[in-house]
Amino acid sequence: MPVSTYIDAIARGMWEEMERDPSVFLLGEDIGAYGGAFKATKGFQEHFGADRVIDTPLSEAAIIGAATGAALAGMRPVAEMQFADFVTCGFNQLVTNTAKIHYRWHIPVPMVVRLPTGGYIHGGPYHSASTEAWFFHVPGLKIVAPSTPADAKGLMKAAVRDDNPVLFFEFKYLYRRIRGEVPDGDHLVPIGRGVIRREGDDVTVITYGSTTHFAMEAADIVAQEDGIGTRIVDLRSLAPLDTEMILEAVRATGKVLIVHEAALTGGVGGEVAALIAEHAFTDLDAPIRRVCALDTPVPFAPALEEVVLPDTGRIVQAIRGLYRF
Amino acid sequence: MSTKVTAPSRPVTALSNADRLSLYYFMRLARECDAAIMKLYRQGKIVGGAYTGKGNEATAVGSAFALQKKDYLFPMHRDLGAHLVKGATVRSIFLQQLGRGNGPTGGRDGSGHYADPQLRIYGNVSHLAAMIPVAVGAALASSMKKEGAVVMNYIGDGGSNVGDFHEGLNMAAVMNLPLLLIVENNQYAYSTPNAKEFAAQRLSDRGVGYGIPAVTIDGTNVGLVYETCARAAERARRGEGPTLIEAVTMRMDGHSASDDASYVPAAMIEEWKHKDPIERWEKILTADRVLHEQNKKEMEAKIRDAIDDAVSFAEESMPPDGGKAAEGVFAP
Repeated sequence: MPVSTYIDAIARGMWEEMERDPSVFLLGEDIGAYGGAFKATKGFQEHFGADRVIDTPLSEAAIIGAATGAALAGMRPVAEMQFADFVTCGFNQLVTNTAKIHYRWHIPVPMVVRLPTGGYIHGGPYHSASTEAWFFHVPGLKIVAPSTPADAKGLMKAAVRDDNPVLFFEFKYLYRRIRGEVPDGDHLVPIGRGVIRREGDDVTVITYGSTTHFAMEAADIVAQEDGIGTRIVDLRSLAPLDTEMILEAVRATGKVLIVHEAALTGGVGGEVAALIAEHAFTDLDAPIRRVCALDTPVPFAPALEEVVLPDTGRIVQAIRGLYRF
Repeated sequence: MSTKVTAPSRPVTALSNADRLSLYYFMRLARECDAAIMKLYRQGKIVGGAYTGKGNEATAVGSAFALQKKDYLFPMHRDLGAHLVKGATVRSIFLQQLGRGNGPTGGRDGSGHYADPQLRIYGNVSHLAAMIPVAVGAALASSMKKEGAVVMNYIGDGGSNVGDFHEGLNMAAVMNLPLLLIVENNQYAYSTPNAKEFAAQRLSDRGVGYGIPAVTIDGTNVGLVYETCARAAERARRGEGPTLIEAVTMRMDGHSASDDASYVPAAMIEEWKHKDPIERWEKILTADRVLHEQNKKEMEAKIRDAIDDAVSFAEESMPPDGGKAAEGVFAP
């Protein structure tokens, strides 16, 4: 199987869907001739033409609004936010229009919004945010957050084919740091299904995106140093959540740690914890723990950023604490 | 209060007498529908809020009359006339207003907030300007599919100050899309008069900022509205891009049924009463002997019958099934 970076896998997914379906097109800032701020769409405009790889003015509301209108009119747009942070400028379109259309009008809105997300890149408070929880609260939006190149491609293809708006959170930290095997051709990862990244009987870690990799490192450490078996659930999709997989993993270990890069308060982890408390309370052998970012903006200086964002060490500590509980 | 009208009135030559009567019919139908909606609201049968387009009929009807079947209509809450011209049935209007299960949104949303893809009508949301970028997207899609269609979208003097107005119009201009954006300047954004909403002399002055043609017209002259929009639509169809049209009108009722509009000077209402769009058109058609006692009576009966039928049909229709409230958030 070919090996690819995370960002190339995203590009591969978009490329294949554009080849397959002429109604798929891209729009965003600097995505055409320049190939995108992160070069995710490098070479796309040369191949597919400026009509299908559209450079827009700097206008997040217009980009998301226009994608919504084009989807209503039968196209399948993939819109890029240059950074997930900038979706604030298009927030109203997503929550007021995009998310509510199918419920009100029964018209499908097949569109994808790509959101290069997260920190660990010293981008400061405006290029490092994790914004998924804002949309997690909005009925009508699907949310995916792949952690591997294979899932990045498979979820991108599934997102493009979905008849609903899908927010595609792609982790900038992973873009070129990780490589992995990516199946050729029609490899689709179903939206709404998590995956068990690692089997283990002592503690379950539920996570997604960048922190999946820290959790995997932490699991190796506690296995070697403490003999603790860690089961890792990579959610992959945040909306809808794979509730069944979450509850099964809880039942298997009785101890749960939830990890995400987004800030603790009001994060996706809170909802996961509530689901567990509601449906698997009697299976718990310890309080649910969370390792998330501090409730601050993501600061610029590395010395501050590394304090704010979760890391492998904190996950190791939390797993050990749960194990000993 | 000056009316800031720059384009001169011109006789409409392109319209047949049948067309001119249609314009009259749709303006009257819209006003009568509005009146029936207000009545149902006051009877407590329509819940939430109710809005009329009284004073705006010429703009709504004249503009939509310039559209073809394949064109897209993105109307607002005072554009009932545009809905009707584009093909919405009176029954569907009242089913929607009464939130019935067999209505266009099945009670999921009210007032003009419905869509009918067959008719290519996409109603507004309450954040009115938010539909401008969506209309731009429809224009983009239509242009990619080479449909030769135009998209007609409306905003108010208030909504024209929202960022979406700028982003949408700028993008449409840069991409040279077939968009007609009509600013219905009815003097008030809820209770806020023009002077506190914008400092530009005319809202069409904004067109130069986007590099597109823009014009201010008398929005109570249905013939002029039609002609202006027909020309702008032809331009758009020829691939010459968007047009901004400010239609100057007056909101003759309050913002909504719960607003007595006591902040509007009485003299202003008096002044605008003389420019009632329906009476103006009626005078012209009567003078031209296109409209006379007989066909006027027939038309009034037809309107009455259509509304009576729609109101009773809607009142007899069932409310939506509460057991299905959670369905349909996502497409299957």
